Amino acid sequence: MAEPRLIEISPVTRVEGHGKVTIHLNADNQVDEARLHIVEFRGFERFIRGRLLWEVPVIVQRLCGICPVSHHLAAAKAMDVICGVDALPPTAEKMRRLMHYGQVMQSHVLHFFHLAAPDLLFGFGAPAEKRNIFEVIKENPELGRRAIAMRKFGQDIIEATAGKKIHGTGAIPGGINRNLPIETRDRFLAVIDDMQVWAQDALALARGYTLEHDHLVAEFGSFPSNYMSIVREADGALDLYHGTMRALNSDGGTIFDKLDYTRYHEKLVEDVRSWSYMKFPFIKELGPEAGWYRVGPLARMNTASFIDTPLANAALDDLKAVTAGAPNNSTLANHWARMIEVLHCVEKIRDLLHDPDLQGTDLRATGVRREEGIGVIEAPRGNLIHHYKVDENDMVTYCNLIVSTTHNNEGMNRAVKDVAVKHLSGQERITEGMLNHIEVAIRAYDPCLSCATHALGQMPLQVEIFDAAGTLIDSRQQTSGQG
Amino acid sequence: MSDPDFTFTIDGTTIPAKPGQTIMEAADAAGVYIPRLCDHEGLRHQGGCRVCTVKAGGRSVAACTQPAAPKLVVENETDHINKLRRDLVEMLFHEGNHLCPICEASGNCELQAMAYRLDMTGPTKFPYLEPCRAVDASHPDIALDTNRCISCSRCIRASQDVDHKGVFGYVGRGIHRRVAVNGSDLAHTDADITDHAISADVCPVGCIIRKGVGFATPIGEREFDHGLIGSDIEGKRRE
Repeated sequence: MAEPRLIEISPVTRVEGHGKVTIHLNADNQVDEARLHIVEFRGFERFIRGRLLWEVPVIVQRLCGICPVSHHLAAAKAMDVICGVDALPPTAEKMRRLMHYGQVMQSHVLHFFHLAAPDLLFGFGAPAEKRNIFEVIKENPELGRRAIAMRKFGQDIIEATAGKKIHGTGAIPGGINRNLPIETRDRFLAVIDDMQVWAQDALALARGYTLEHDHLVAEFGSFPSNYMSIVREADGALDLYHGTMRALNSDGGTIFDKLDYTRYHEKLVEDVRSWSYMKFPFIKELGPEAGWYRVGPLARMNTASFIDTPLANAALDDLKAVTAGAPNNSTLANHWARMIEVLHCVEKIRDLLHDPDLQGTDLRATGVRREEGIGVIEAPRGNLIHHYKVDENDMVTYCNLIVSTTHNNEGMNRAVKDVAVKHLSGQERITEGMLNHIEVAIRAYDPCLSCATHALGQMPLQVEIFDAAGTLIDSRQQTSGQG
Repeated sequence: MSDPDFTFTIDGTTIPAKPGQTIMEAADAAGVYIPRLCDHEGLRHQGGCRVCTVKAGGRSVAACTQPAAPKLVVENETDHINKLRRDLVEMLFHEGNHLCPICEASGNCELQAMAYRLDMTGPTKFPYLEPCRAVDASHPDIALDTNRCISCSRCIRASQDVDHKGVFGYVGRGIHRRVAVNGSDLAHTDADITDHAISADVCPVGCIIRKGVGFATPIGEREFDHGLIGSDIEGKRRE
């Protein structure tokens, strides 16, 4: 009989932030427990207290270097409310939307091509030195060129709306600080057709992978769950910037719908566990065991009634046909959903670029001050909630952030255990390739562990294996750029 | 009969001057920039920050207070002097919490701009003191974050000499000296900015800030987005 073992994958690679996985193998080499641990603590919720309200959208975006726009905009939306502004001037809202679509596009492209593509193109068990973006470029130079150009396009959109590609200052309480000059608009319009074609090709690649590997996709980290996102209030359409909250169960049944997101705390609570800095949110009425849910691109495809751009909507119908309209529970289908959203963003960007409101000069509204504000947005990785209270002197007294990766905490842990049981149980020798399977499952959620712990991240993953007595018996630490 | 105009040199350039002019005043008029942080147009010269230190006749002097003199030989932009200036600026950074990435003064901040001009491109070699002082946001129009104060005393001179209010002053001594207000907090002073008071407008950093306007100026349109600090003065020379 073998000795019980503890395997540790540390750090997890090709994700954002710092986390590790521990896998407990018993004396029969069966997986007893597998967990994703978030080992960094950041404390933004605490140290934002005592700062001034207009600083908040600029400070909290430093939570992340990949999707700072999401935090910037969620915080700005909350501060709009605090400043008494319920409706932004059209130019302000459209500039913010343009910023957000550029952000979602560049983040999804970064994840799909730079982080996930090596696994999908070369296989989960491919040699570690093969699993990186440089090998993707070597293998398919045109694909690599497009990946870089598409991400640049998204980042250029962010720069045009926020002043910088990363950590800009565009959104201010009540509005925006700039409009879009005609010459900048025309620069984007000159390449938008290429972006659309490339987005369609990327979508075809993700769709093709999913359908060609249907058996793998069906069993790899797949399990039923609830899904939650905001959708457009009027008609349930996909809306990444604003809407009301909708939660569905794994059969597509409604848990709640048209929920004003300022009432999020009536439906969602956060559980705390001693082994992770990341909380575990769940739907209050269902309890922690049944009430956990997933967010993100696939969750949005599951919750949205339709998409209001034609090409992306057709792609959504195509995705839904796989499950006959029921929610899709396949973790790996997130990549397909992500590329549908890239196409949606390109279509939205095109529409906005043709809207003369972007050249408007009414940039900021004012109102009567309030003490509390909540801003919710669909970030690339899923639903993002910012909640603040501000005193009469404009100083923040309370902050609660529930970020996309936090919403997905239980789902990622279940995916880790599912894959560990299927690929590690019964194995005498644990190889690096086997461990990468676990990372692939985590990566499918495109987690941002920095955001979720509110860690200066290089996003490496650590895997640890413990014996039945809890003694660490094996540990794998992978550095960025390795598998 | 007044004394006649005269000339002196800065780094070999002949500078015309009038009697009573400081080295900095004459240099500014001639389009030669001497770095400074505490000096401000319209306020009395103080010579406090020492960033304007030059060598005049072989002695280190503050250019903002030292009168120009006929045939004086002044060294300004030398490697040695600029290194001393950079050390001074680095010490200012280490004394306070100058978190440029999240500061609303970024792009308009003279300390940040001076660091760029003096080629301070990384963390300082000094340890950070990381002060932890509460922000005073009690006033409806302005807020005071003394974690960012560089003790230039511009606000004090403006309040006393121009606004004639005496709202701002120093408390403490040595390393503990900091700017304070003549009341329990800003709300209990007459730091009103609705008149012609300038004390809130002369702050070179993000210590005294106007409420509600932070980040309203887009990146690209801020004061130092298109040129080094001092380029306006140097522009006169090119004209």
